[in-house]
Amino acid sequence: MSKTGRIKAFVKQWQLQSMVIPGIVWMFIFCYIPMFWLIIAFMDYNIAKPMLESPFVGLKHFEEFLADERFWRSIRNTLGMSTIKLVLGFPIPILFALLLNEIRQVRFKRTVQTISYLPHFIAWTIFGGITLNWLGEGGVVNQLMMGLGLQDREILYISDPKYFWWIVYFSDTLKETGWSAIIYIAAISGIDPALYEAAEIDGASRWQRMWHITIQGIRPTIAILFILAVSGLLGSNFDQIFMLKNNMNLKMAESLDLYIYNMGLVSGRHSFSTAVLFARSIVALALLLLANQASKRLTGEGIF
Amino acid sequence: MLAVCFVTLYPMWFVFVNSLNSPEQALLGTTNWLPKEWSLASYRVVFDDRNLMNGFFISTMRTLIGTSTHVLFTAIVAYGMNKTHLIGRKVYMKIALITMLFSGGLIPTFLLMVKLGLYNHFLVFIIPGLYTFFNMVIFMSFFRTIPDNLEEAARVDGASDYGVLFRIVLPNSKAVLATISLFSAVYHWNDYYQGVIYIRSQELLPLQTILYKIIAENSMTFMQQQAMEQFGARLPSNSIKFASMMVATLPILLVYPFIQRYLVKGVMIGAIKG
Repeated sequence: MSKTGRIKAFVKQWQLQSMVIPGIVWMFIFCYIPMFWLIIAFMDYNIAKPMLESPFVGLKHFEEFLADERFWRSIRNTLGMSTIKLVLGFPIPILFALLLNEIRQVRFKRTVQTISYLPHFIAWTIFGGITLNWLGEGGVVNQLMMGLGLQDREILYISDPKYFWWIVYFSDTLKETGWSAIIYIAAISGIDPALYEAAEIDGASRWQRMWHITIQGIRPTIAILFILAVSGLLGSNFDQIFMLKNNMNLKMAESLDLYIYNMGLVSGRHSFSTAVLFARSIVALALLLLANQASKRLTGEGIF
Repeated sequence: MLAVCFVTLYPMWFVFVNSLNSPEQALLGTTNWLPKEWSLASYRVVFDDRNLMNGFFISTMRTLIGTSTHVLFTAIVAYGMNKTHLIGRKVYMKIALITMLFSGGLIPTFLLMVKLGLYNHFLVFIIPGLYTFFNMVIFMSFFRTIPDNLEEAARVDGASDYGVLFRIVLPNSKAVLATISLFSAVYHWNDYYQGVIYIRSQELLPLQTILYKIIAENSMTFMQQQAMEQFGARLPSNSIKFASMMVATLPILLVYPFIQRYLVKGVMIGAIKG
C-alpha cells in the first residue's frame, strides 16, 4: 500500500483508532514515563527541578545502598519471609484442593469452598486489625496457648521481632488458602473422569488414584505457579506488612518493599530508593528466567 | 473441613461480637463468643463520627466512579485491539505487552503523580486505575466468543464501530462485565495504601485508610476522642474499633453470597489466559 493509501485507510477507521489510542496514551503516561524515570537512579534528583537538570552521579547510589546495613537486613527479611511462604505455604492450597476433591457430597463441598474464599475479599486493614488484636495482651492466641499449657505467661507477639516472620506466614495462610486453591480446583475438575474409572477397575486405591491421576493431572499448574512464586521471592505483600509492622518489630519486618518506601517516601531520598528499585527489577527478571529454565528442565513446563 | 470453615468464619464473628460489646466492657478486654453486655453504643459513635462517615462517602464514590470508568475504558480499548484490520495493531499490542513485563515502580510513579498534580487529589484513585493489561486480555478473549454474524448484521444496518460496541457487543458481555466490575469494586473498596501514599487531606481519605490509621497507628478521630472522654479510655476503645471494622466490611459481606460465583468465574478465565 502506498503511503497516502495507508493514511487514508487510517483516517477511514478513525472510530476504531479513537478507541485504542487513548489506551496507548494512558500507557505512555502511567507506564512508560515511570520506566523512563528510573534513570534518576543515576542522578541526584531534586523534585523541585526538571528531571534532566539534575546532575548525573553514575553508580553512587548503588554503591551507597550496597554499603547500607539496613539494605542487607531488608534483603534478609524479604528472603526469610518469602522462603517460609514458599516452602511451607506453597503446598497448602494444593493439599486443600486435594482434600476438597475427596469430598463426595456436592453441596457440602460447595459451601466449604465458598466460605474458604471469603477472607480473600476482606481488606488487610480488617484482617490485620484482627491479627493485631489476637496477638496482643489478653488476646485469643495468648489465651489459647496458656489454656493449653504451652506458655505460662503472656507473650507480646507483635512487639517481639522474632515472631514477625511467622505472624506474616500464618496470617497469610489463614487469609489466602481457599482463594489460592481455586486454580488447582479448576485444574482438577479438568481431569478426564474416565481415568479415575479405569484406575478403579484396575484396583487402584484412593491414595494411588490421588497420587497417580490427580497430582499428575495438575502438575503443569503446579509448575507454573511455582515459577511465579520463585520469581516473586524479592517481593512481599506490602498491604500485609505495612499493616502489621510497628517500631518495635521493624528490625525483622522491614522488607525490601518497605525499605524502598521508607527511604524514598518517608526520608525523601528519591534517587537512592529508585536505585534499589532498579536493581531489584533486574534481579527479579533474572529470577523469573532462571525459575522458568529450571522448571522446563525438571517438568517440561514453562511460561515461555 | 468443618475446621476450615470455623477458622475462616471465626475472625468475622469475633469482630461482630466485639463490635456489639458495650464500650465499658470492651475496656476490660475482648470477648471470644458473645458480647458480655449487648450494646449499639459503638455503632452510634461510628455513625456520628464525621471523619469516618466522610471516609465512607469517599470510598463509595471511589468505588462507583473508579469501577465504572475502569470497565468502560478497558472494554473500549479491548474492543479496538481485537480488530485484525486495526492499523498498527501489532505495534499497539507490543506496547501493551511491555507494560506487563516492566514497570517503573513506587518512586517514579509517585513522582509522576506529584508532577501531574494528582497528589492529594481525588482523581488519583481514578485515572491511574483506568486500565490494566490483564483485564484488557480478559475482555479481548471474551469478545472473541461473540458470534461475528451478530456484528455483521448490525454493520449492514449501518452501525458504526461505537454503535456495534455499545449496542451489540457490550449487551452480550454481561458475564464478563459483572466479573471485572466486581473485582475492580472490591479492589477500590478495600485499598488503603493509595490513600496512605497519595492523600494528605483528611477529607479525601477513604474509609480503609482511616481504619488503617485507627488500627495500626492508634490515632483517633475527633468523635472517638469525645467518646473516650466519656468512657475514660486512653486508647480508641476496642468496641469502637471493631464497630468501624464492621461498617467497613459489611458491604462486602452483604453482597458476597450473591457475587462469589462471578468472582470464581473471573479467576478461572484469568487462570486460563495467564
